[in-house]
Amino acid sequence: MIKGRQNKWAVLFVGPALFFTVAFLLYPTVNTIILSFMDRYSENFVGLQNFIYVFTSQTMLTAFRNNVLWVIVFTSFTVGLGLLLAILLDRVRYEKIAKTLIFMPMAISFVGAGVIWKFVYAYRPPMVEQLGILNQFVIWLGGEPIGWLIEKPWVNNLALIFVGIWIWTGFCMVILSAAYRGIPQEIVEAAKVDGATEWQKFRHVVLPSMKPTIIVVAVTMIVNVLKIFDIVYVMTNGQFGTEVIANRMYKEMFAFTNFGRASAIATVLFLLIIPVIIFNVKRMKEEEA
Amino acid sequence: MKKVLSVLVGLCLVMAGSTLYSDVTSAQGQVTVLGVWGGGEEEAFMEMVRPFEEETGIEVLYEGTRDLPTVLTTRVEAGNPPDIVHLTGPGLLMDLLRRDAVVDLRDVLDMDAFTAEYDDTWLDLARGDDDGIYGIFISADLKSLIWYSPPRFEEYGYEIPETWDELMELSDQMVADGIRPWSIGLESGAASGWPGTDWIEDILLRTAGPGVYDEWIFHEIPWTSPEIREAFELFGQIARDPNYVYGGPVAVLTMDFGDAADPLFTDPPRAFMHRQASFITSFIEDRHPDLVPGEDFDFFPFPAINPEHGNPMMGAADMMSMTNDTPEARALIEYLSSAEAQEIWVGKLGKLGVNTEIDPAAYPDDLTRRMAAALHDAPEFRFDASDSMPAAVGSGAFWEGILNYVGGDDLDEVLEYIESVAQETY
Repeated sequence: MIKGRQNKWAVLFVGPALFFTVAFLLYPTVNTIILSFMDRYSENFVGLQNFIYVFTSQTMLTAFRNNVLWVIVFTSFTVGLGLLLAILLDRVRYEKIAKTLIFMPMAISFVGAGVIWKFVYAYRPPMVEQLGILNQFVIWLGGEPIGWLIEKPWVNNLALIFVGIWIWTGFCMVILSAAYRGIPQEIVEAAKVDGATEWQKFRHVVLPSMKPTIIVVAVTMIVNVLKIFDIVYVMTNGQFGTEVIANRMYKEMFAFTNFGRASAIATVLFLLIIPVIIFNVKRMKEEEA
Repeated sequence: MKKVLSVLVGLCLVMAGSTLYSDVTSAQGQVTVLGVWGGGEEEAFMEMVRPFEEETGIEVLYEGTRDLPTVLTTRVEAGNPPDIVHLTGPGLLMDLLRRDAVVDLRDVLDMDAFTAEYDDTWLDLARGDDDGIYGIFISADLKSLIWYSPPRFEEYGYEIPETWDELMELSDQMVADGIRPWSIGLESGAASGWPGTDWIEDILLRTAGPGVYDEWIFHEIPWTSPEIREAFELFGQIARDPNYVYGGPVAVLTMDFGDAADPLFTDPPRAFMHRQASFITSFIEDRHPDLVPGEDFDFFPFPAINPEHGNPMMGAADMMSMTNDTPEARALIEYLSSAEAQEIWVGKLGKLGVNTEIDPAAYPDDLTRRMAAALHDAPEFRFDASDSMPAAVGSGAFWEGILNYVGGDDLDEVLEYIESVAQETY
């Protein structure tokens, strides 16, 4: 009797969670993987054809290259700058104002940021007044205006990545700043007493103490950037060699209605994120143990 | 306990269910319409259907989205299509036909009256393989137009060119006078590149003729064929040459198409000519309210290149199709096909009418009336090719190719790329 009742309670507690996991996570995942082996209308089985496209087409190779660029540049700058600011701003009087300003872009959506920065990067021919502030600076410095978003392959990609860095550095800074404050003062002082220089203190005391947080932040940024879509969609739509995986997926799905290809791209993106997630789960378990 | 449980489970199911049915679905006495119009266009549409609502008591629920293909695809796939949908090109219609998601209007409309009011061009564009009529056109935009400022032309002593050679001579004359002949803007957000595809289409229609143009749409000739190469080259002569185009190729790639007519009206002018569709008038009027249509800005037709093919007109049109067969939808589509409805629509927006019964007095000004006449008198009319091709080519690789070509990429590479996409798409 008691057992039966317990089962019911188990169903009540686990049931909804299980339902939502299956309906909104498991089912779409399995279905996407199945669709990735079908043709554009999801009617006929086409084997690996969609995956061959994903790994051989010029467009997708560009997208992979750009995603790698995003992961490297975006992650190192958001985490690196975030760390630097967390430590440096801790020592200044106007800390609060500075941190608020740097954190502010976080409150702006990617789409909003894309629109704002499109204005910043705007190009007008040299003979007329510039609209974009960046090109105006270039002119004040005696240069010619630059088409920031069309100059391929590096200028435009880095210009886009910079927008991402602008948004996310504040977030990294806040988390890392909390971790920095959490370092026990005793060990820092002990190092000081032992005659450690600022650099030695940072390298051998601060950095090791913050390592777990830095890794969490870095992993979050990597997952974030693998899925990068909005900035690219709004600012260049992947033209001029700025395509990224997620934007291509959107195009194949909604603009070209090629369900097979879009699903194959989604599957590959999913597989790319899995190792990062596994790493994260493993590390969390280690920490608990 | 049992009761509590079942109530809870029930609640969960209801919540899950209700999220699936939150889209606008029509009840009795209502008809849902999905379109791309917002702002003034949406107001004009609602004004057009108001007499219908008053007469029939049917309520029209309009939903506008700039991302129509996405929303339409999702709703058709989900089995929840709107009753009537506004399609911006035959490409979208082909996709709906492929999904069997659109209703044949031969059983809906009074076909004798309908065919009497529309030229064959407009019937053929909506015809499926089974001869069914799958849409009606409520208005069109004419694209083969070159805009200029008559006072400026007079000031500099320029004549309207009748042929391509005259056009290029005039361009050289303008260069000699120290002002760029052309202003071109290809930037249009996620749709960047489309104004350039219009150039290629206009040129190809005049160098190779409507026959080759049709073959090109259906990929019966490859993108690497000499006719298409030549069209790109003629366009490139202008768009890639910093002497011919305002701001050089970088400005061509970064200037919003809506801004691209502005250099014609600055003082002094920074460009003299701008090739764009009839709808650019609303942009010009918006930005330069003091300019008088037909006096301060006017158009001349894109000139003939090969005399054999003359001056065919290219454009786009707004098609309405029925994706859900209800009595209310039938009534609305019948109403929308009438001259009475379209007179309100074209009168509000300055679009060009398609129904031959439309009273020319309905147009807001003489300039629009002349454009409508140019559309009706055209020896041949062709729908915008990029809107007629499968999206992966017409609005994918073609846009991309145009941008890369203007950006300086090698023409062979560009055409081979578009051809490779076409081969795997058709």
